[in-house]
Amino acid sequence: MMWSWIPSNAALIRQLTLESAYLGIVPALLGLVISVPLGIACARWKWFYPPVLSAASILYALPSLALFIVLIPYTGITDTTVIIPLTLFSLCVLVPNVVDGMRSVPEPVRQAATAMGFGALRRLVQVELPIAVPIVIAGLRVAVVSSISLASVGQLIGVSSLGYLFTDGFQRDFPTEIVVGGVLVIALALVCDLLLVLATRLLTPWRPRRSRRAARDLAIGQPAAVLSGGAG
Amino acid sequence: MSFLSYAWNWLKEPQQWHGADGIPARILEQLGYTALSLIIAAAIAVPLGILIGHSGRGAVAVVNLANAWRSIPTLGLLVLLVITLGFSPLSWLVPLVVLAIPPILVNAYEGVAGVDPELKDAARGMGMTPWQQIRKVEVPVAAPLIVLGLRTGAIFVVATATIAAYIGLGGLGRYIIDGLATENYGEVAGGAALVVVLALAVQAFFILVRRLVVPVGLRQQGRPS
Repeated sequence: MMWSWIPSNAALIRQLTLESAYLGIVPALLGLVISVPLGIACARWKWFYPPVLSAASILYALPSLALFIVLIPYTGITDTTVIIPLTLFSLCVLVPNVVDGMRSVPEPVRQAATAMGFGALRRLVQVELPIAVPIVIAGLRVAVVSSISLASVGQLIGVSSLGYLFTDGFQRDFPTEIVVGGVLVIALALVCDLLLVLATRLLTPWRPRRSRRAARDLAIGQPAAVLSGGAG
Repeated sequence: MSFLSYAWNWLKEPQQWHGADGIPARILEQLGYTALSLIIAAAIAVPLGILIGHSGRGAVAVVNLANAWRSIPTLGLLVLLVITLGFSPLSWLVPLVVLAIPPILVNAYEGVAGVDPELKDAARGMGMTPWQQIRKVEVPVAAPLIVLGLRTGAIFVVATATIAAYIGLGGLGRYIIDGLATENYGEVAGGAALVVVLALAVQAFFILVRRLVVPVGLRQQGRPS
């Protein structure tokens, strides 16, 4: 390690970190915006879920580098070319979690809301979605962490991010630069992950804080669904 | 011009289909890397996951591993290994295997740990030894999840092997990396199209395997996939 390299390149490192954060967070948020209505529809109409899930898992199986290249003739060498595939990947994790979240609402709760005079929309917004929050955010955590680490592949087609430190370090045969890039990608992912854990707590104040079971559920999310999605 | 016309114009040239850097040879290379890495990863992760699922020991470590795994930037790991170790089979095989292990391990663990406790009791009640319980009850019931883990591992290996062309690995990623370097978008598009087809074929293979390994008695109640 050549530590002096870090302070003398602080401005570059800061800029690349911001670019990585942007390329990682935007797809996860776009994925959330798409998957909430899609997941609600899948939970409501059962026949709709299998085709959506199959489509998402087929897209997920495609290597990111290949998808970036497919998009180049249409969106050029821009952030959009990286953001679209990463958004599609995030659906594979997010849609199943939204569906599972909606299904986790106990039937008596739903009936109580109806009996209290809640219409379908108000019940969805004030009762069902809040109950689904922990499972949805568990999916969002996976989506944002994967997007941040995958965004660095965009460097191979020339979209700048912390991935620049990998290609530049490789060309200059300079391990320090690569290690710094790797550590920052992982740190950025961890910070986003922690922020989402905090967000879950703030959004669901009624959940027990110290329950080990709850902490474990939160950490695992929906195992099968979460792990069938992830990184590519 | 659209992506497909670029890809098609490159793919239809007869010279792409011959020789050591021809398409058939590159497809075989890519399949070879994928199969080799996946077999090594499975040989390590499947038994370990089953053992952890059966005994319950080390479960927390497995879950944390699964979460940390996604944050590792594969491109960074590949370039770091190749400039510290030099280009050798190890510098691509190690990352491919290491990155394929977590999804396989976690799904094998979840599959076995999630077996209905009453089923386990019944197996014990019938006088099965622990080894018989694992082999005759837990593994067959966990089989769909184990295959799902292998499938996710395969997705990861195919994607990473493509990226590994950047550090000098053969396979279909070669066309993408070489085409980018020479600004030949036709070659890049052709390579990307082949990678997409190969990735879909690998998925189809695992969907088929999943059909075959699910015990007949469990076929009605599987998750949609």
